[in-house]
Amino acid sequence: MNLVFSLAIAAIMGAGIYLVLSRNVMRIIFGVSLMSAGTNLLIFLAGGLQEIAPPVIEKGEEVLGTASANPLPQALILTAIVIGFSLVAFAAALALQVYRSDGTIDTREMTAAEDLGTPFTTGGATNG
Amino acid sequence: MADQSDAILVLLPLLIPLAAAALTAVLWRSPRAQGIVAAVGLAALVAVSLLLLRLVLEEGVVAKQFGSWAAPFGVSFVVDRLSAGMVVVSSILALAAAIFGMADLKTREVRGGFHPLFFGLLVGVNGAFLTGDIFNLYVWFEVMLITALGLLTLGRTKARLDGALRYAVLNLVSTIFFLMAIALLYGVTGTLNMADLARVLPETEPSAALTISSLLFLLGFGIKAGFFPLFFWLPASYHTASIVVSAVFAGLLTKVGIYAAFRVFTLIFEVEGSGIRTMVGVLAAGTMLFGVFGAATQYDVRRILSFHIVSQIGYIMLGLAISTEAAMAAAIFYIIHHIIVKANLFLLAGAIYRASGTFDVRKSGGLMRGSPLLAILFLIPALSLAGIPPFSGFWAKFLIVDVTFRDEAAWLGAIALFVGLLTIFSMTKIWMEAFWKAPAGPRTTPRAVPRPMLAAIGGLAAITLAISFAPEPLIAFADGAARSMADPATYIAAVFGETTLAEVEQ
Repeated sequence: MNLVFSLAIAAIMGAGIYLVLSRNVMRIIFGVSLMSAGTNLLIFLAGGLQEIAPPVIEKGEEVLGTASANPLPQALILTAIVIGFSLVAFAAALALQVYRSDGTIDTREMTAAEDLGTPFTTGGATNG
Repeated sequence: MADQSDAILVLLPLLIPLAAAALTAVLWRSPRAQGIVAAVGLAALVAVSLLLLRLVLEEGVVAKQFGSWAAPFGVSFVVDRLSAGMVVVSSILALAAAIFGMADLKTREVRGGFHPLFFGLLVGVNGAFLTGDIFNLYVWFEVMLITALGLLTLGRTKARLDGALRYAVLNLVSTIFFLMAIALLYGVTGTLNMADLARVLPETEPSAALTISSLLFLLGFGIKAGFFPLFFWLPASYHTASIVVSAVFAGLLTKVGIYAAFRVFTLIFEVEGSGIRTMVGVLAAGTMLFGVFGAATQYDVRRILSFHIVSQIGYIMLGLAISTEAAMAAAIFYIIHHIIVKANLFLLAGAIYRASGTFDVRKSGGLMRGSPLLAILFLIPALSLAGIPPFSGFWAKFLIVDVTFRDEAAWLGAIALFVGLLTIFSMTKIWMEAFWKAPAGPRTTPRAVPRPMLAAIGGLAAITLAISFAPEPLIAFADGAARSMADPATYIAAVFGETTLAEVEQ
């Protein structure tokens, strides 16, 4: 079963990396969100996936039973999902702003930063 | 266990910027009030970090558990000499940058939320220096990333958005690698507390998951710190930000990556005696060489300096590659020297812009005649960066190169010396073009540089001079820091308390 999960995570990560290598900004953002989803699943798998009881302390008990799932990976994933979501949201807003100012989402045509003080022209931009 | 006031002192470098960030956000509409809060906050931060340094020098490693959850279950905050030193340097740098910003920040940038974001960044940086929990370190990295992106896009010029996009994507990928490394490490060891990891890992069987985890850590921190061949986002974005932001990024952010790499590869994994060592050596050589080559072709002061960040990171990595106690001490000395010098050079780039109206050195000129004080202030960090005696860079380079020759890695030392030569070339280029030659650009007579700018630059230059002429205290401090890093037992003991450690050893 672990092998199946590993292969699935590998497929998600592979697709994510493929998209990140693209020149289209939107595809890059999709790739990043796929990669972070794959990583979240990896945390799950690393925490030990078993078909056992949820980590809830039974009524009348003081401690968690031994046959329940590990709650820590779930807490980690919750944190990672929130962080990943906010960063992807920021990246999408950034892409929108770039599209508004450059009129393109092709990374080959975004050269405004590289043009500052470039050695290939005699006079660079004076943009602050 | 340290008493209560000590424990609070460990948290204050985090709480002060957090409170300042919240207050400045509340005072969003009043830039004047924000400025006052920022001044008070930064002064308090410098004072508290100095107190923290004194505490660590007196008592050794100090630890604090959050919510009274005993280690390894709760999140620990741990201060040793290295983290205390880094907190002190970063708060001094933040103060200098803010003083410079009084004259440099545009109202549009302040109204866009400069102060809350700036303090947010400091929260992330100090959190990363102080935490003793590897997942918590990841969270601080993300705090740093999101606030850094906010600071980078403040002005919304085309170049800034462009740079921010490159910065965002590569840094997101780097934190994803970092998180994967944590996941694999947790899968093998079942703990996230760094002190606990340092205790558990030596008894763990080597496995493929551990090897992959350590390589992913190297990759994740490598992108953050700007290692060859992963550094290309850095010179593509740092030069676009406003100069205060660039200076803080240049001084601090890559160094947080380096700090994390140092922490993980001394406490958790070993560089010595593993296959990573040659790899780090080759990466360090590449980082030094390609950074300095990139700088040689550029004409924008900020881009030249950005490439130099990369090349200087290579020198610091040499320390990790050799990884003896002396090498780590040299690297720690180098980090502290470099944060001050590099941030100062970026501030000087801002002053050059103010005086000559351009960042492009081909178009400026005449500054030596026009503002001789600025010329002298430029020479101090520039010569220091190049490693000319008696400046602090000379001592830093001397310590590092000395270690490489002692440890039969002479080829690394040779590359370091060659890169030093090319660094002089770059600094000479800025000097000749901006200061020496006749004015060639938009302004024939340079404008006066405002006092706050000169004060910030002068203050950092004074620190550089102090390190230059009296390096012994800092060398002794770096030696002590390296010694405590080489011996994880003190770190573990501070987190778990003496009694539990004794129980573990039985």
